[in-house]
Amino acid sequence: MSRHTLSVLVEDKPGVLTRVASLFARRAFNINSLAVGPTEVPGMSRMTVVVDADGDLIEQVTKQLNKLVNVIKIVELTSESSVQRDHILVKVRADAATRLQVTQAADLFRASVVDVSTDSVVIEATGHPEKLTALLSVLEPFGIREIVQSGTLAVGRGSRSMSDRALRSA
Amino acid sequence: MSKGSPISPSLMATKSAGAPKAPERADRTAETAVGVDTAATASPVLGPNNVVPPTVMTGSQAIVRSLEELGVDDIFGLPGGAILPTYDPLMASKMNHVLVRHEQGAGHAAQGYAMVTGRVGVCIATSGPGATNLVTAIMDAHMDSVPLVAITGQVSSGVIGTDAFQEADIVGITMPITKHSFLVTDPNDIPHVMAEAFHLASTGRPGPVLVDVAKDAQQGQMTFSWPPKIDLPGYRPVVRGHNKQVREAAKLIAAASKPVLYVGGGVVKAHAAAELRELAEVTGAPVVTTLMARGVFPDSHPQHVGMPGMHGTVSAVTALQQSDLLITLGARFDDRVTGILKTFAPNAKVIHADIDPAEISKNRTADVPIVGSVKEIIPELTEAVRTQFTTSGTPDLTSWWAFLNNLKETYPLGWTEPEDGLSAPQRVIERIGALTGPEGIYVAGVGQHQMWAAQFIKYERPHAWLNSGGAGTMGYAVPAAMGAKVGEPDRVVWAIDGDGCFQMTNQELATCTINNIPIKVAVINNSSLGMVRQWQTLFYEGRYSNTDLNTGHDTVRIPDFVKLGEAYGCASFRCERDEDIDATIQKALEINDRPVVIDFVVSPNSMVWPMVPAGVSNDQIQVARNMTPEWEEED
Repeated sequence: MSRHTLSVLVEDKPGVLTRVASLFARRAFNINSLAVGPTEVPGMSRMTVVVDADGDLIEQVTKQLNKLVNVIKIVELTSESSVQRDHILVKVRADAATRLQVTQAADLFRASVVDVSTDSVVIEATGHPEKLTALLSVLEPFGIREIVQSGTLAVGRGSRSMSDRALRSA
Repeated sequence: MSKGSPISPSLMATKSAGAPKAPERADRTAETAVGVDTAATASPVLGPNNVVPPTVMTGSQAIVRSLEELGVDDIFGLPGGAILPTYDPLMASKMNHVLVRHEQGAGHAAQGYAMVTGRVGVCIATSGPGATNLVTAIMDAHMDSVPLVAITGQVSSGVIGTDAFQEADIVGITMPITKHSFLVTDPNDIPHVMAEAFHLASTGRPGPVLVDVAKDAQQGQMTFSWPPKIDLPGYRPVVRGHNKQVREAAKLIAAASKPVLYVGGGVVKAHAAAELRELAEVTGAPVVTTLMARGVFPDSHPQHVGMPGMHGTVSAVTALQQSDLLITLGARFDDRVTGILKTFAPNAKVIHADIDPAEISKNRTADVPIVGSVKEIIPELTEAVRTQFTTSGTPDLTSWWAFLNNLKETYPLGWTEPEDGLSAPQRVIERIGALTGPEGIYVAGVGQHQMWAAQFIKYERPHAWLNSGGAGTMGYAVPAAMGAKVGEPDRVVWAIDGDGCFQMTNQELATCTINNIPIKVAVINNSSLGMVRQWQTLFYEGRYSNTDLNTGHDTVRIPDFVKLGEAYGCASFRCERDEDIDATIQKALEINDRPVVIDFVVSPNSMVWPMVPAGVSNDQIQVARNMTPEWEEED
């Protein structure tokens, strides 16, 4: 199965996340990750949904999503034509002896230390999922206490905005 | 999918299956779609669009007023605590409210009403159990694309989420089975939500819409004005088919030697019977009408080869199986039609016209997809076919017709007489159809009697046959017939019901009698859950686990349907012999001042044939038990 990143422009109405999530569940589509947030247009939210599906199925996914009344527009973003980022917060064991090694590892990934205690640090990193996986494997030997990771966020490259045409056609 | 290409229904319209999409083509399509989507110039607000200047009233008055402005005449419902405020102004309204005995009855009645009139059916219930009792009907309407608006009361917004008395998250419960739903907590939202609900229910692919209104929103003050503004930026159904696709379809039709018009319920919903007939006659192709489409093409028309599917005619099933081109109109390749999907019509190319882009290539990949209303697509296709035929010639379908006509003659629908001396249920149903005629309305429950009613009544017009097709809801018949009779009071309305189905919703006979809704109920009483019993006969070695209902011949007859009918104030008869069938039906046809219940006692051993057993190819159709047709040589 191949991975697809869908950007879904939705009305910011109560229940819209439930509608999208339950559609995936009842049609037996697999969500890999999902991120929701406001957009530049008041009243509109944007969901980035990463789906594992083959060609015919991804077409069915988008058609079914389009049937939801609160869904305004769907665009598939390929990795070449878009910037895709995950965001991660990792709590790693780090005492006086290992702290320097941990922070150096973080530097290599352009990650930053956002919290320090006597025996741990919290590292914040942003990047493509593969980069974050690599970071985690470097941090692993020190002892990972907690991982919090966002869904993938994606935006198309170039000057065009997803909401432009959606608003015109609406 | 190409980079950054918008995936919109209109784009799907032009996408040929499997072909990679060029980005520039995708963009162009998206731009043309902007103008096409809103081709309909009429106001999206249903009803006469009277101008009502701002008027202060309560939310409940606004609900009633909105319904009036939307042109609603009849409502089916049952009050309760959370909807009480709305029932007060309803009393003063000129709208006809039919008080049902169970909310499920209100839902099915609204469906029946919608199916015969083509208008939106409306049902009302209170919160909690009132609302959950509507769930079956809402699901039924969702499966069969029936325009339905369900209005439910909800507990006051301040206590939502506290497990208040009679609180149920009905929006959440019905989310997977509605086209859309609304929870209203601000009375000022009522007019536009009501208008949007009716717009959604009745346009595009019709379906059920739920409007859940908190009690305090019904009681609160608001300013009513009409018409409201409809704001649904994500809802743009495509109505017009794409020209290029229509021309492609015409080319395939001109090139086909074994075409079939595979016609579904969408053509009934689109009121496109006349358009269909013209297309059929121009193409000369055989027509099959699915369970949901019975009557949209006249049974008496020589090009009609029957109903396809699990209990379809040999000619219809075989026409699809051996076809080289399926001209699919408002049908959805349901598993009851296709049997095992990958063996279905293996040599056929597929033209698929449907208003719902998600139906296209969902089950069977379409070679030529056309998204839009069949009301618009069919005439365009007819013109395109005419043009195509003048250039490339009219295809010769002689040998195709010879093959199909031979099947029609060799394997007509029929039945064998039961060996137990009881009446054949098929005969009862056939006589009801013959004596009532094509102007009647026939509403079936679900099971054997439903299939026999689809097979042995001759349908000549659309909106004459109602049944629960997708959902298979036992108990649909009586309340749906009641709704149909309210919608079409001058027509004879028969509920062809089973003894199992009838026991699920017969309480609505009280509603019928008291409100002077004189439907006629034919209980095809084989004393069992007949279709389940048939499967037990065929696939479970005759082990009749829990299918005997003890209502028929030589049983305790509990309940006694004649007494039950009488208790509800209906004229009630029992018919147990072949020689009484016609006279009993005639007697029922002469009674129009109250409902009629007839207990037709029939054999429990009659089975529905032909049958394609579940899990096998349609090629394995059996005309009777273990009897497969002799196939002509196939080329």
